[in-house]
Amino acid sequence: MIPRLQAVLFFILVIASLIMGAVLFHMREKAHDRMLAGQDAAPTQAPQVTAPEQARLSVASDDDNALRPQAYSLPLPVDPGARAKAILGKLLDLYASPDALHPVPGGAASVAQVFLLPAHTNAAGATAQKDSGDELAVINLKGSFAASHPSGLETETLTVLSICDTLHANLPRVTEVRFLVDGQVRESLAGHADLTRTYLVADAERTDVAKP
Amino acid sequence: MRWTRWEAGGARRGAWILMAGAAASLAASAQNPQPVPAAPAARSVVVIDAAHGGDDTGGHLSDGSYEKAATLALAVRLRSLLGARGFQVVMTRESDATVNPEQRATIANRANPQACISLHAAETGSGVHLFASNLTPVAVTRFMPWKTAQAGWLTRSLALTGVLNSALQHAGTAVTLGRTALPGIDSMTCPAVALELAPERDTDKKLTAEPDNPDYQARVAAVLATALLEWRTEQANMGARQP
Repeated sequence: MIPRLQAVLFFILVIASLIMGAVLFHMREKAHDRMLAGQDAAPTQAPQVTAPEQARLSVASDDDNALRPQAYSLPLPVDPGARAKAILGKLLDLYASPDALHPVPGGAASVAQVFLLPAHTNAAGATAQKDSGDELAVINLKGSFAASHPSGLETETLTVLSICDTLHANLPRVTEVRFLVDGQVRESLAGHADLTRTYLVADAERTDVAKP
Repeated sequence: MRWTRWEAGGARRGAWILMAGAAASLAASAQNPQPVPAAPAARSVVVIDAAHGGDDTGGHLSDGSYEKAATLALAVRLRSLLGARGFQVVMTRESDATVNPEQRATIANRANPQACISLHAAETGSGVHLFASNLTPVAVTRFMPWKTAQAGWLTRSLALTGVLNSALQHAGTAVTLGRTALPGIDSMTCPAVALELAPERDTDKKLTAEPDNPDYQARVAAVLATALLEWRTEQANMGARQP
């Protein structure tokens, strides 16, 4: 015969087990709901479609060592850094096309970032005032772009100058340009054009030997 | 006798005037030191800089050869032609050796040359690409910043570029002109030009000679030697015209 005390204890334990099972089941359901709710909160907003704007690109030509201004209609972001990156991406896409007059592989993906900082000198090379508004653009190129760029004085110089001129044409406050490759200073683009110096926008305008 | 005394007195006066003039010019130069580029040596010196070399292969040419080999071959050809025309030629490298831009500029600056020609080769474009530094010209001072020393000689570099351009075009070679930032050239204290030999193409843009083609190189080197002879004559005439 089971003692009365043990029978009561047994029933209490059974009831406690049932209650604990119910609580665990409830908690599991709540965790599942939270997980589903978190997935729903993921950013699924459609990208904002901005109206296309006119961008002026200085497109290089190896045939006559010249930069030619060409206008393109592009959807451009409002943020100046992103805007500069989008414009340079379009320029490098043109160079990556099969019929390019200045063929350079890589395309838009070659520009990792563009940072805009206050400039130290103005377009004439003199030290700029703190509140002059002039900006230095730091362009971080991908290593694959530099590695695949054709080597040569003319072709490298044209790439650098077309980037400088294109930036200044679309962001007039950019008066200086510096280049990084994979976030590091690099001696030259592909063995010739100096990437250690700061380029002034005047450099791009001073491509003609007849203009000292 | 009076005439002789007057002549003797005139000579003494002339000597005093000369001494006073020399003292005045010395004082003026001490107050306003404006060093001028040193006069070229009696025998015209030309520095030929065969770009790249050693570990630095330069670009790949279309036929698989390296730029460093093409530039050295052109430099050796040009040296022979200039030597035959009475130039003293200084090379920045004579073999497949690694020479950095600072060493190239040091060799050039020590030679005190009438002209520095940096030779390059490329597979893009056509004909000859002539480049001067894109620094902003400045007056020469006693101490020039190393990285931008060429700025003091830029006017003469542009004149040298013009002479080479005229000679090449006269010889029927396609020439493109430009300005560039090239570390070695930017530190040179002499009239300096970077010359890039690109493939020779006909009017239909069809390739007729690679930059390392011996005949093509010989033709370009002959034109350059003639142009440098003309440059030397121009410099001598300029020196003769100076008071």
